[in-house]
Amino acid sequence: MDIVRDSKIDWLSYKWVFIGLSIVLLTAGGFSLASRGLNLGVDFSGGTLVYVKFADAPQLDQIRSVLDGSTLKAEGVTRFDEPEKNEVQIRLARVETEEAQDLTEQNRLLLEVLRSEFDQDRDASKADLNNASTVALSQRLQELDPDNLRAESDSVEFQQHYEALARRVIELRNDQGGIFSGFEAVRQSDLPETLKTALESSFYLGSFNLISVESVGPKVGQELRQRARDAIMLSLVGMLLYIAYRFRTIHGFAAGVAAIIALFHDVFITLGFFSIFYKEISLTVVAAVLTLVGYSINDTIVVFDRVRENLRLMRRQDLATVINTSINQTLNRTILTSGMTFLAAFSLYLFGGPVLNGFSFALVVGIIVGTYSSIAIASPIVLWWQNVLDARKARRRGPV
Amino acid sequence: MKRTIYYRLLLIAVVAAVFLYGFLAYGINLGLDLQGGIHLVLQVDTEEALTEIVLQARERIEASLRDAAITFTEVRATPDRAVEVIGVPVAQRSQARAEIDKDPDWNVSPNVQGDTVDFRLTLQAAARRAYLELTVRQAREVIEKRVDAYGVAEPTITLYGSGEVQDQIIVELPGVEDFDRVLDLIKKAAQLELKLVHPQAGGVYPTREAALQALGGQLPADYEILAFGGRDGQSGFMVVKRAAAITGQHLKDARRSSDPVTGRPLVSFFLNPAGVSLFGRVTGDNVGGYLAIVLDEKVQSAPRIESKIDQESAQITGLFTVQEADDLALVLRSGALPAELIELENRTVGPSLGRDSIEAGMTASALGLILVVLGMLLVYRLAGINAVVCLTLNLLILVGVLGFFEATLTLPGIAGVILTIGMAVDANILIFERIKEELRVGKAVRSAVTAGFDRVWDTILDTNITTLIASIILYHVGTGPVRGFAVTLGVGLMANLFTATFVSRTLFSLLLERREAGLSI
Repeated sequence: MDIVRDSKIDWLSYKWVFIGLSIVLLTAGGFSLASRGLNLGVDFSGGTLVYVKFADAPQLDQIRSVLDGSTLKAEGVTRFDEPEKNEVQIRLARVETEEAQDLTEQNRLLLEVLRSEFDQDRDASKADLNNASTVALSQRLQELDPDNLRAESDSVEFQQHYEALARRVIELRNDQGGIFSGFEAVRQSDLPETLKTALESSFYLGSFNLISVESVGPKVGQELRQRARDAIMLSLVGMLLYIAYRFRTIHGFAAGVAAIIALFHDVFITLGFFSIFYKEISLTVVAAVLTLVGYSINDTIVVFDRVRENLRLMRRQDLATVINTSINQTLNRTILTSGMTFLAAFSLYLFGGPVLNGFSFALVVGIIVGTYSSIAIASPIVLWWQNVLDARKARRRGPV
Repeated sequence: MKRTIYYRLLLIAVVAAVFLYGFLAYGINLGLDLQGGIHLVLQVDTEEALTEIVLQARERIEASLRDAAITFTEVRATPDRAVEVIGVPVAQRSQARAEIDKDPDWNVSPNVQGDTVDFRLTLQAAARRAYLELTVRQAREVIEKRVDAYGVAEPTITLYGSGEVQDQIIVELPGVEDFDRVLDLIKKAAQLELKLVHPQAGGVYPTREAALQALGGQLPADYEILAFGGRDGQSGFMVVKRAAAITGQHLKDARRSSDPVTGRPLVSFFLNPAGVSLFGRVTGDNVGGYLAIVLDEKVQSAPRIESKIDQESAQITGLFTVQEADDLALVLRSGALPAELIELENRTVGPSLGRDSIEAGMTASALGLILVVLGMLLVYRLAGINAVVCLTLNLLILVGVLGFFEATLTLPGIAGVILTIGMAVDANILIFERIKEELRVGKAVRSAVTAGFDRVWDTILDTNITTLIASIILYHVGTGPVRGFAVTLGVGLMANLFTATFVSRTLFSLLLERREAGLSI
């Protein structure tokens, strides 16, 4: 099956259309980048990102006002994931003073603040089953000893017994989506009766659970940013040198330079999209940008490779014809490869869940832009490079 | 069937078996972002450790000069971490120098001022580095002990950092979500000291000023004022000797026990033989006095010494809960931290979030893969199977290598896998399209296949090597997540070179053996 057969499109004649389109995209992205910049996640800007799961539909305003009343600086309180999951994402500003930064202290404070608002009627003598960790639960059970084992088994078995029970309880809580909304789920489970009684009598169910807390100090963010940038820049130089060497028959450095310019074009436009849609840049998004760099360079090389081969076969033709022919010859491949990778990335975007959302968004944009740039940006640059060289040669020869 | 094809198939089968074994035998470690757990980056406060080293050196030098009966005005530690010996008479210069030179770690520069001479000692770069490394290593060992005692399955503790020495400790605790407690355990200095209380004016005083007043407004040089209790309901300040009679180094063991009278939890600690004899001497010399039990610069209790004590154990009392007593015993057992730990990063991913993201990610990836496989079969029919086999083998090699090296798969790592899959599919598409081109210009099937592979070889080599170069650089320069990406990508690309050329070609040869006439592509 062929997608297109023997296409004879004169790609280079559209170069002004392409360049115009790219300029529009680059300007829009650049404008957005300059005016509101990138939405840097806590990975890079420092700060704390907390995911809280509530038993009932959370009231964002209530959360905001209680946080405003505390010493914590909340930068954003938003719903996360599907609404029926009752999850809220809270972003706290980073602790500015490097000396006094104590991330754990901040996390503890957050837990207290939320508790004082949402679990006012809790029984202080009981522990919160919804925020208990496996270890904490196991320890509490060992103290309670509902199975009356302390006398008979030695300490190791005793400990293991309650650790295993604690794990089952937490597993059950995870099955419920990370939070018990009532003891009903415990009652109906296949946990031992003694344990059920102990849980109900010594624990209360908090109305929320901190399912994830990510705190990044300012120093780390800065270093991550620096290292990621260094790594990307150096690898670009590495690729430039290799491509320039391998494709030296296409006007020396022309291929290498064209490929790298196309890459910058792709990365810049993708970042522009992130700025326009104000999507958060996390470390996984950086990985996605690296992935799109990979796809883009791959695409460009496939076209250049054909140009290199055709330069040997079509000695009489001018470079523009060779490039056009090469693009047309590889067009089927370009459409198929990009189409398939796009399908994979798009399914990730649609069904990959909120954690992968930024990542797959970068891939979806990147694959489109990367494919486009190999044809529309990298190839015209090579041609332009030759034209400049020719003009120079002609001038050097002097007027006839 | 040709012999060579047979051998090639055998090789492919062996490769598949080896990597399948790697995957099945070792499994794949999921990163904390995927399975939940705690990821900590702690910086050892090496500045503080250095200051401590300078202070110790100052004391040592002062003592040795005094022992050698050398006169001096002062031995002081400066803010820029030098030790200065001030006012040694010129007559004693060489003697003093000999004493100072006993510690070879310091650069000494003398400065003659009239009839006295000053010495300025600065730590040598190599010695400084060695001290820093030692501090970090000790901190790491202490953390390891504490984490082990806490009971975490498969913790990883690694050093990291780009400064003078690697001074950051990365602690990864899969499956743990108790950030509060883990941090307390890891960061607690756990410096246990037994110090004699001032015989006349020990305290307890309500304020620091009151303590000072009782001493006549002047704190003796070898005494210090420490906070007292806090947990016992009682609090205040006490005057104790600066030098500890017994330190954590004399500790053999510590465990939770309970008060025989009240039944309250407390922590018993046990001294090693050297500690026991020291304890006996100190208590014997100070009968009737008080001995303060100091934990992290805070007096926990100060019992009266009724008689010479030869026993090896003593208790720390306080209003402990069972868990607190357990934790304190644990950190005492594991030894004191040599320096403070500064928390740079703390990520606690709950298991439910990790699980949700795995489920969604897996479903979406599976769907994506199925779409790609269907697409390849639809477009290339029989030859599409060839591509699917290559893709499968590629993924198998990838997970096998991850298994053998016990590498950890993270979200960015999955990104690397996705790029690999894309490039593997692309390699097949390139080959197939080229074969079709060759067929179109009228070549025979067999020579079209040969020509297709030959011509595309360069392209596949160039695309894979370019990306491989990038992944190697990313691995060396990048940090954790970028590295995770680079590893899976690098391995995947090498697998790709193998499957796209060798395996795919073998399969085509096999196909042509069977069906001489035509090619379904």
